[in-house]
Amino acid sequence: MSAYWNDVFGGAKSLAIGLSITAREFFKPVITMQYPWEVPEIPERYRGHIELVKNEKTGKPKCICCGMCMRSCPSGCISLVGKKPEGEKKKVLTKYELDFTKCSLCGSCIESCNFGAIRFSKDYNLASTRKEDYVFDLLKRLEEQG
Amino acid sequence: MDTSIWRPIIYLVCFMAFAGLNAAYLGWCERKGAGRIQRRTGPMEVGFHGLLQPLADGLKLMTKQLLVPEGVDQILFRIAPILAMIPALTSMVVIPFSDNIQGRAVELSVLMLFALASIGMIAILIGGWASANKYAVISAARAVSQNLAYEIPMLLTVITIVMITGSMNLQDIAMDQQGGFWHWNIFRFDKSIFMPVSFLIFFICSVAETNRAPFDMAEAESELIAGFMTEYGSMGFGLFMMGEYLNIVVGACLTTILFLGGWSCPFGLFPGVWWFLIKIYILIFTFIWVRWTYPRTQVYKLLNLSWKILIPFSMVNLLVTAAFIKVF
Amino acid sequence: MTVPIQCRPDEVFVLNLGPQHPATHGVLRVKLTMDGEYIVKAEPVLGYIHRMHEKMAEAGSFAQFMPNTARMDYLHALAYNHGYVLAVERAAGIEVPERAEYIRVITVELNRLSSHLLWWAAFLLDLGGFTPLLYAFDDRERILDLLERITGSRLTYCYFRFGGVYNDIDDEFIAGTRDFIKRLRSRLPRMYHDLVTHNIILIKRLKDIGFITPEQCRKYGATGPVARGSGINYDVRKNEPYSVYPEFDFDVPVYTECDSMARYMVRMDEIEQSLRIIEQALDKLPDGPVKAKKVPKILKPAAGDYYAAVEAARGAFGCRLVCDGGKSAYRLKLRSPTFSNLSLFGEVAEGMLLADALAFMGSLDLVIPEIDR
Repeated sequence: MSAYWNDVFGGAKSLAIGLSITAREFFKPVITMQYPWEVPEIPERYRGHIELVKNEKTGKPKCICCGMCMRSCPSGCISLVGKKPEGEKKKVLTKYELDFTKCSLCGSCIESCNFGAIRFSKDYNLASTRKEDYVFDLLKRLEEQG
Repeated sequence: MDTSIWRPIIYLVCFMAFAGLNAAYLGWCERKGAGRIQRRTGPMEVGFHGLLQPLADGLKLMTKQLLVPEGVDQILFRIAPILAMIPALTSMVVIPFSDNIQGRAVELSVLMLFALASIGMIAILIGGWASANKYAVISAARAVSQNLAYEIPMLLTVITIVMITGSMNLQDIAMDQQGGFWHWNIFRFDKSIFMPVSFLIFFICSVAETNRAPFDMAEAESELIAGFMTEYGSMGFGLFMMGEYLNIVVGACLTTILFLGGWSCPFGLFPGVWWFLIKIYILIFTFIWVRWTYPRTQVYKLLNLSWKILIPFSMVNLLVTAAFIKVF
Repeated sequence: MTVPIQCRPDEVFVLNLGPQHPATHGVLRVKLTMDGEYIVKAEPVLGYIHRMHEKMAEAGSFAQFMPNTARMDYLHALAYNHGYVLAVERAAGIEVPERAEYIRVITVELNRLSSHLLWWAAFLLDLGGFTPLLYAFDDRERILDLLERITGSRLTYCYFRFGGVYNDIDDEFIAGTRDFIKRLRSRLPRMYHDLVTHNIILIKRLKDIGFITPEQCRKYGATGPVARGSGINYDVRKNEPYSVYPEFDFDVPVYTECDSMARYMVRMDEIEQSLRIIEQALDKLPDGPVKAKKVPKILKPAAGDYYAAVEAARGAFGCRLVCDGGKSAYRLKLRSPTFSNLSLFGEVAEGMLLADALAFMGSLDLVIPEIDR
């Protein structure tokens, strides 16, 4: 019998405590972020899709077309082409494509690069209805960044 | 009584407008209330602070295809949502909002309200059965057992009130409690010392009767998807939702009239319809508040609560009241 | 209260719970034979999200498998990182600098906290309580913010490397973690225990429901909070210590009630223990490098059979690595805790009510991608 009364009174008390907690929360300020109107601060190490790094002196990409990133990628999402223009010793990057549909942002490519030629971008507003939109031409992106 | 043709028409329009407005905007209140309790904002985008959200939702529901799945009981499937809405609307007729605002003064209005409330339960049963969905059938069975279990303590507490007042007319019951909160049935300690408990029992039962969380056995989204509403889309779903909110309004009105003195002011000043509205909205807010605080109960625990706690308590209260009335 | 039922074969029906069901948290399908609301037979059906992770390990190099580890238990991804990294380090004989070990422990425990908080929230959602979800996410979001600053990602981390971690932690992270510990400690009694744990509805729903005997745990190989809720004192961190766990002072919560409430309490106590571990690790954090110096880019461990196990949020995660001297694994067998824990479900759920069975399922803390690897 005492268990019964315990259930009734103890239960009622626990329910009242629950109500008092939610009532207190009711009057506290909102903690959510109104996303499209407010934008979160992106941390320094945020891993967006990769992008090429520009050589500040020459204005050209730092990439020397060694293809290490291509080989280290677990999903094979990087494809790059380098050509040797006539009369020059070094290869010049002509095409650098990232298939973002396969990328898992592990950072293997960046670690494998000995020249610091690629880095993570901070793009996160990526939405599209077409698959082709996620094959990024990073060389073009670099040019557009100016 | 005024026999002019205008009076019923004006009442009809006003009550329908009141019911429709409540059915639409309680959804908004619920979402806002839930948002604040969870420290979110709730709807914000459609109109100022999402005030046009019910309109947008209504438009969306109305423009959707009224899908009737194959294999359902064609007639019953269509009747159920209407049946959920109509009794709740009809209940509005007999509720006295003030001493002179009442659709129709029915002598046995308390009885009529409970009869109508039972039809709402039948709507869930029909909807669940006709859907030909296993989850919906389970939900329908749950709803019936739950409603049966909770109508008993509810009616027992109502009998207490009827004994105190000596009338089954809501108008009389409310008139009996005029003038200050010490006249309200909830604080009538001269009739029974358990009246506040009785009020609590009635409130719990009305939460259970309207199938609201934590007693939403019929809807139980994490067990039964959406219960009896699983197969309903478009306005069929909309009518069920509106019926649910209207039932809440009716439940709050009934609680106010039976226990909180109807339209009487707590301090005996300016009684009127505004006090009635303030009281029912406080009760409705409590409905929302309770829903967003507790986890859901389980079917048998729910029935245990009714049979082992609520019914004995209300029975004791009934006997105590009867004894008090006899003695004093 | 499990009522023995007399089932009549002509009165039962089959209910497909899932693969799309709000309570199964993913693409798990349970074939239930029901008599009214009572379950006569429950049969979990797996395979809806099988992605051949083990085969993928055989295809690529060791480093290339790293991102896969985070895609199994996406809620405690760092523990999976840790298990795999430990196995490979054992195979290749790589020494990990001490600071890296400490950072691993701190991040893994933070991740465990976020996993437990999410479990708590989702469990309450299974029971129909919506508001606790948002309160738990408020705290969890802070952990994710901390880890995002360090690892760069919020959910599927790929932070550990063979011989260390990807990059070092900074003072801001340490200060933020200390603040978080203080905050969670102050919120635990009120927002978690008063609101939910002591709530009569929750107690009534969890007490004496989902009774798992220790024998059943052994039979199915259940580990983690499921086993500890049944009175089996087994925690990989204590029983087969790895990394720097022996240096910390923490308890392994064990409850002998064997019901859903016991499993709930084990996880709630583990939150407090994780906080203790993080605090001690932050105090003892040594200086030094975070990555071993001589780690070859292409690993070629000697032929052999290696095994490493870690304590993930859901139980013991084991990684058996068979190498043949090549640059990719000959065979990688992953032992995921949830698979064993789920196997219990069919036997225990017999005779239960549907609502109780779903509460029981929630108390097992299932993560479906981990079951189907």
